[in-house]
Amino acid sequence: MLSRVEKINDFVVRLANVNGSGSASANRIFARSIIRMGVPVGSRNIFPSNIQGLPTWYEVRVSGAGHLGRRGGYDMMVAMNPQTWDKDVAGIDAGGYLFYDSTKPMPSSKFREDITVIGMPLTEICNKQYSDPRQRQLFKNIMYVGALDALLGIETDVTEVLIKELYKGKDKLIAPNIEALHIGRDYAEKNLKGAVGLKVKRASAVGDRILIEGNAAAALGCVYGGATVAAWYPITPSTSVAEAFASYCKKLRVGEDGNNYAIVQAEDELAAIGVVIGAGWNGARAFTATSGPGISLMQEFIGLAYFAEIPAVLIDVQRGGPSTGMPTRTQQSDLLSAAFASHGDTRHVLLFPADPKEAFEMSSLALDLADRLQTPIFVMTDLDIGMNEWLVEPLQWDDNKKMDRGKVMTHADLEAGKDFGRYLDVDGDGIPFRTYPGTHPTKGAYFTRGTSRDRYARYTEEGPVYVDNMERLLKKFETAKSLVPGPIRQDAPKTTKYGVIYFGSSTAAMDEAILTLNEKNILLDRLRIRAYPFNDTVIDFIKHHDRVYVVEQNRDAQLKTLLLDTGKVDPQKLISVLHYDGNPVTARFIVNDISLKSGLETSLKESV
Amino acid sequence: MTYITKPKLHHPKLPVNALGFTHRDYEGSVSTLCAGCGHDSISAAIIQACFEIDLPPHRLAKLSGIGCSSKTPTYFLGQSHGFNTVHGRMPSVLTGANLANRDLIYMGVSGDGDSASIGLGQFAHCIRRGVNMVYIVENNGVYGLTKGQFSATADKGSKSKKGVANPDSPMDLVSLALIAGASFVGRSFSGDKRQLVELIKAAIGHQGSAFLDVISPCIAFNNHAGSTKSFDYVREHNEAANALEFLEGRQEITIDHDPGTTVNVTQHDGSVLRLRKLAEDHDPTDRTSVMNFIQRHNARGEIVTGLLYVEPDSEDLHHRLGVTKRPLNSLSDAELCPGSGALQKINEGLR
Repeated sequence: MLSRVEKINDFVVRLANVNGSGSASANRIFARSIIRMGVPVGSRNIFPSNIQGLPTWYEVRVSGAGHLGRRGGYDMMVAMNPQTWDKDVAGIDAGGYLFYDSTKPMPSSKFREDITVIGMPLTEICNKQYSDPRQRQLFKNIMYVGALDALLGIETDVTEVLIKELYKGKDKLIAPNIEALHIGRDYAEKNLKGAVGLKVKRASAVGDRILIEGNAAAALGCVYGGATVAAWYPITPSTSVAEAFASYCKKLRVGEDGNNYAIVQAEDELAAIGVVIGAGWNGARAFTATSGPGISLMQEFIGLAYFAEIPAVLIDVQRGGPSTGMPTRTQQSDLLSAAFASHGDTRHVLLFPADPKEAFEMSSLALDLADRLQTPIFVMTDLDIGMNEWLVEPLQWDDNKKMDRGKVMTHADLEAGKDFGRYLDVDGDGIPFRTYPGTHPTKGAYFTRGTSRDRYARYTEEGPVYVDNMERLLKKFETAKSLVPGPIRQDAPKTTKYGVIYFGSSTAAMDEAILTLNEKNILLDRLRIRAYPFNDTVIDFIKHHDRVYVVEQNRDAQLKTLLLDTGKVDPQKLISVLHYDGNPVTARFIVNDISLKSGLETSLKESV
Repeated sequence: MTYITKPKLHHPKLPVNALGFTHRDYEGSVSTLCAGCGHDSISAAIIQACFEIDLPPHRLAKLSGIGCSSKTPTYFLGQSHGFNTVHGRMPSVLTGANLANRDLIYMGVSGDGDSASIGLGQFAHCIRRGVNMVYIVENNGVYGLTKGQFSATADKGSKSKKGVANPDSPMDLVSLALIAGASFVGRSFSGDKRQLVELIKAAIGHQGSAFLDVISPCIAFNNHAGSTKSFDYVREHNEAANALEFLEGRQEITIDHDPGTTVNVTQHDGSVLRLRKLAEDHDPTDRTSVMNFIQRHNARGEIVTGLLYVEPDSEDLHHRLGVTKRPLNSLSDAELCPGSGALQKINEGLR
C-alpha cells in the first residue's frame, strides 16, 4: 500500500521549469504566500547560464521550525519541464507527490509507484481560456500556483495580495492574474481535494523578518558604509550588487548639487579594481563586486594594493570554478585565490557572511577595515547568499556609529610638525599613517609605488629594508586578527571531544544538521568562522577537540588549508566534509557525511 | 639613485613665480634615465609649464604605469603626490583618483609600451569616459628597460638597433585618442621644448581628456639610422600644424597681429589658446577633418605636431555622472550614511 508523506509546515517542494518561461515570478509568489502565512521558507533558484530554454528549478523549503538551508531531497515535485522529467520524478522522496500537466497522456512507465501522482490538464485549460500563446504560457504558471494554494492549504487571499503588490503600477495585469489563480485553485478544489498530505498551517514563526537577496544587502552595506566610488564589470553572480548599489544610491545618496557617489562600469575587471585602488589612494571609499574569474584577473592589482597599502573592498560572489566553471552555481572555492591573491608573499583579510544580513553588516565593516588596515578586504559571499532571497532579521544600523577612516595625517598634523613616514610603524601595530593627495603645500607628499621602498617611501632595493617592510606587513596582518569578526561557538548539549567548523552559506544547513546529529548521538561543538585571519580561539578550538569536521563547499578543502597554514595543529584531526557539485550544501549531506565518517550508517535520502 | 633628492639650496636671484616658488620647487629627484634621454626633456617641460602657470604643486597628482617613461614622475614635482601603478593600468587608477577628488589636477605619464601595447584598452576607455586629465605618452617606439624590443607604435619597416625591420603596422595613439573621443589632442617632440611647454599648459587648463603624444627618442635603443623615432628622423619629418601660445585668463588678450592666420580658443577655465596656423588644411575644432588631416600627413611619412584638436566646451566624467561639485573624499558621515530611519523603511518594503 502506498504510504504518503503527511507533514505540516515541514516539507520541500521543488518546481521544475524552463527558463525564460515566466515561471520565476509565479514561483516567488508561491514561496512568499507561505511566508505571509507566518511560516518560514528558504527558497532557492537553481538556474542555468542562459536566457531562454534551459532547465531551471526553484526549491521551496517550508520549515515552521525555521530551517532555511536546503534539507536535501524533496517531498513534492511540480514538474513543468518535460526535458528533465525523468530526473525530476526520480528525485522525489518515497511517499511524496508529483504534480504535473496531464494534458498529454503519459505512459505509466514514466511514473513511480511509491509516490502520489496528481495530474492537472494545465495546457488544456489555458488553451481554452486564452488565445494568445504568451498568455497561455504566463497564466499557466500562475494557474499552478492557484492549484498549489488549494492542495497545500495556502490562503488564496494572501496570494492575491502578493499579485497586487507585484503588479503595482502595471494594474492591468492584476485582474487577469487573479483570474488565472482562481481557475487553478477552483480546478484543484473540485478535482484534487485531499490529494496532498503536505499542509501549510498559519503560524507566527516569521515575525518581523525581511526577505532580501545577499547582493542587494551587500550593496546596501556599501551605501551605509560610506562607499562613494563603485567600479565593476558585469559577471554572474555578482552583477546585481552593482545594480542594487546604483538603485539604492539614486534613492539615498543624491545631494543638493549632484550625486554623492560615482559608479563606473569598467571595460574589464582589471580596470574595475584599478579604479577602486585609485579612489582608495585618494581617500574615497571604494569597492568592486565580482566573482572568481574577476578575482583571477585582478591578481596583479591586488598585490599592488597590498604592497602599496591602499584600501579597497572586493565583494566576491563565489561561483563554481575553475575557469568559466559553473557561472550560475554556487561554491566556496575562491578562499585560497583571494587569501593569497597576487604573486609574491601576500595575505589578505577575508570576511565570511552567512546570510544577507551579514552581507550587509560585513560590507559596511569591510569599508572601515580597509581604511583602518590600508589593504584590500574581501567579502566572501556566494551565489547561494547573493542571488537567493533569504528570510533574515531586519537590517539594523546604529546611528552613533561613525566611519573609521583609519590613520590619516591631516594638514594640521603636518603643520604641527608630526614626523610623516608613509611606511613608518609609529604605533607598533604595523599600520602606518598616510596622507591624502593635496593635503599640504610643502609637507606630506610621497610617491606610491609597487617597488620596494624604505619607511619614508623612498625607493630602495636594500635587502634589510625590504625585509623590514615585509615583516611590518605581517605584523599588520596580525593586528587584523583583533579587528575582524571573531568566530561564533555553540557547544553540544553534553561535553564532547568532537567539533565542527563551518562558514558562510553552509551555516543554514549546518544549523539543521546539528539537531539531527544530536538525535543520532553524534555530539559536536560547533564553531562558525567569520573571518580570515583566524582569531586565536579558532586554533584553540581545534586544539581542544580530538576530531574536528570542516564543512566547506569546494573540492580541495580550502578552509582546512588555511587552518593548517595558520596554526600548528595536527592535520589528522581535521576531517573534511566537502560538497561542491554547484548546488548549495544540504543538511542531509552534512549529516550523512559526518555520520559516515563517524562510523555510523545512515539512510537519509540525498539528492541534487 | 632616485632616492637622492636634489639639495634645496639655490641661487638667491633665481626667479620666483606668483606663488613665490622657484623653478627648483617644481623639480623632483635626480633622474636615473640615460644621459640625453628625450624623457628628461619632457620632465623639464612639465616643470617649466607648472612653474609658468603658478601651479601649487600639491594640487596636482601624477600617475604612471611601468617603463622608463613611467619612472619620470619621480623626477618632477617633488611636492606632489605620485603613484607608480602597474604596467598598462595607470588610466584606471587615475580614473578612480579623479573620481575621489575632482579638485586636483591629474597628470598621467605613460609610454608607448604602457599605453599602446599592454595598456591599449585602458588608454582608450579612459579617454572614452572623458576623465579630466593630462595624459602624456612619451613615445619612443621601443621597450627601453628590457633593452630594445619594438613597441606597438613602432612604424612598419622601421629598423631596430640590431637591424631587424618591424613587420607590424603601428598604433597611432593620436588617431586612436580622436576616435575614442578625446577633447584635446596634441603631438609634440621632446626636442621642441617651446612647443611642448605651451601644449602642457594648455592641456592642464583643459577640462576633459587631454592627450599629448610626445615623440621622445630613446638614445640607447632607438636613435639609429633606419629608426623612425630617432632625433634626426623626427626633426626631418616634423610638420607643425600650428604654433600655440597659451594665455592665462588673467593675461590681457591683445588684438591679433596677423588676422586670418591666428585663432583664439577660450577654454572652460578662461584660459585662451592662441593658435597661429601653419598648415593650410588644418581646422583644430573639427574632429573629422583633423582625422583626415592626420591620415593624409601620416601617409606622406610626416609627423604632424602642435595642438591638433580641441573641443573647448567639453564635459568631463564628473559632469556625465552628475557627481556633486565637492570632492567625494570630503563628504561627511551624514552625507553618506542614510541612517537607521531610512533602513527601517527599506526593511518595511521587504516583508
